[in-house]
Amino acid sequence: MNHHPAAWGRPLPASASFDMYNPQFSAPKAAPAHQMPVAHTQQPLVTGTSVLGIKFDGGVMLAADNLASYGSLARFKDIERLHPLGPHTVIAAAGDMSDFQWLKKELNAILREEQALSLTDSHPSLSPSNIYDFLANLFYARRSKMNPVWNAVLVGGWDRVKAETFLGYVDLLGTTYSAPTLATGFGAHIAQPLLREAFEAKAGTDGKGPLMTQQEATAVLDDCMKVLFYRDARSMNKYQIATVTKDGVVISDSKSSETQWGFAEDLRGYGAQTQ
Amino acid sequence: MFRNSYDSDNTTFSPQGKLHQVEYALEAVKQGSAAIGLRSKTHARSTGELATYQKKLIRIDDHVGVAIAGLTSDARVLSNSMRQQAMSEKMLYGRPIPVARIVQGISDKAQMNTQQYGRRPYGVGFLVIGQDETGPHLFEFSPAGTAFEYYAHSIGARSQSAKTYLEKNFESFENGR
Repeated sequence: MNHHPAAWGRPLPASASFDMYNPQFSAPKAAPAHQMPVAHTQQPLVTGTSVLGIKFDGGVMLAADNLASYGSLARFKDIERLHPLGPHTVIAAAGDMSDFQWLKKELNAILREEQALSLTDSHPSLSPSNIYDFLANLFYARRSKMNPVWNAVLVGGWDRVKAETFLGYVDLLGTTYSAPTLATGFGAHIAQPLLREAFEAKAGTDGKGPLMTQQEATAVLDDCMKVLFYRDARSMNKYQIATVTKDGVVISDSKSSETQWGFAEDLRGYGAQTQ
Repeated sequence: MFRNSYDSDNTTFSPQGKLHQVEYALEAVKQGSAAIGLRSKTHARSTGELATYQKKLIRIDDHVGVAIAGLTSDARVLSNSMRQQAMSEKMLYGRPIPVARIVQGISDKAQMNTQQYGRRPYGVGFLVIGQDETGPHLFEFSPAGTAFEYYAHSIGARSQSAKTYLEKNFESFENGR
């Protein structure tokens, strides 16, 4: 905050940051006396695991489980990691959950401001790719200050102007990536091959063929979430799927996969047998 | 305009409810050479042809430009601010700034100068033309901090004859050239 007497009684207007001649913004900031760069690199504390995303014919689907872990402890078991933004976009986040909560607050504020401005100029609201560009800028700027937003985020949506689907990935390093199938964390190793196999079965290896139907996409996501529950030690068998089409955003109720643990009976130390 | 005791202080109203400094700033716009703008359903155009040696048109971004009338130095500062804002929004959101919003940005900036002691209003008016997702637009920005949208408009010296012509004929611009 600027406490200089010359600035008393002068709240900073939004246009001030574009003012070339305002010394508050144009003067270079004094370097800290200790000469070491200021670094805020954190460690994530309460975390969410993989998020999956897939495009189908007429929309996009994102899946994420309901678990927020505290290290190896399965601490919070009813967390919704899918978040709708406006009528045609969904974001899903893995990584630090407090950073995700902050992100949700920031993005909701930006969208609300856009809605208020649109009241006067009837401009269409931010499209999924606009929101994605904003997030990409935000994540890269924070990483460049050595104070990352410790998340991997998938943005999925329906672009009303271009009448096409959108699916993008952005993470704490500021890396951006867009593809018909996406997955973060463990999902990138285990689920992505399954998603790609299902995608290429219909669209071909060049991706130019037809997209899956909504039922096929749900089926492959259900299968991937089951495999992830088997293999990811920080996952939970309770997840939700968000679907975005031209008709809007629908986030399903939580569901679970049928799993087989009978094989454990034969293993020493597991099941009902004694050593 | 008559010189009186209410006209030297930007933050003092006259008994008639006027801010004389703002009125005088509007005079500065009227003294600049004429700028004319008009728009149809698909295009927006502006021109400043009577100012032979003075650059009247400034490009803000690929989709927005302004025609100036008044103090050219004030025009430079305001158009630089518009350019920065347009560039920032394009980078942040990946889309060109909507015309109404960039105009609102400088309007808010100019209004601040009419309500702070020691500051003077900007002495330049703009005709802002641009194209965004909602089509072509023409706005008039004035030192009072107002911005209104028009189908056709003109500002500056001897602009009244242009206004009269535009008033008579603007309906034919909608669909034609």
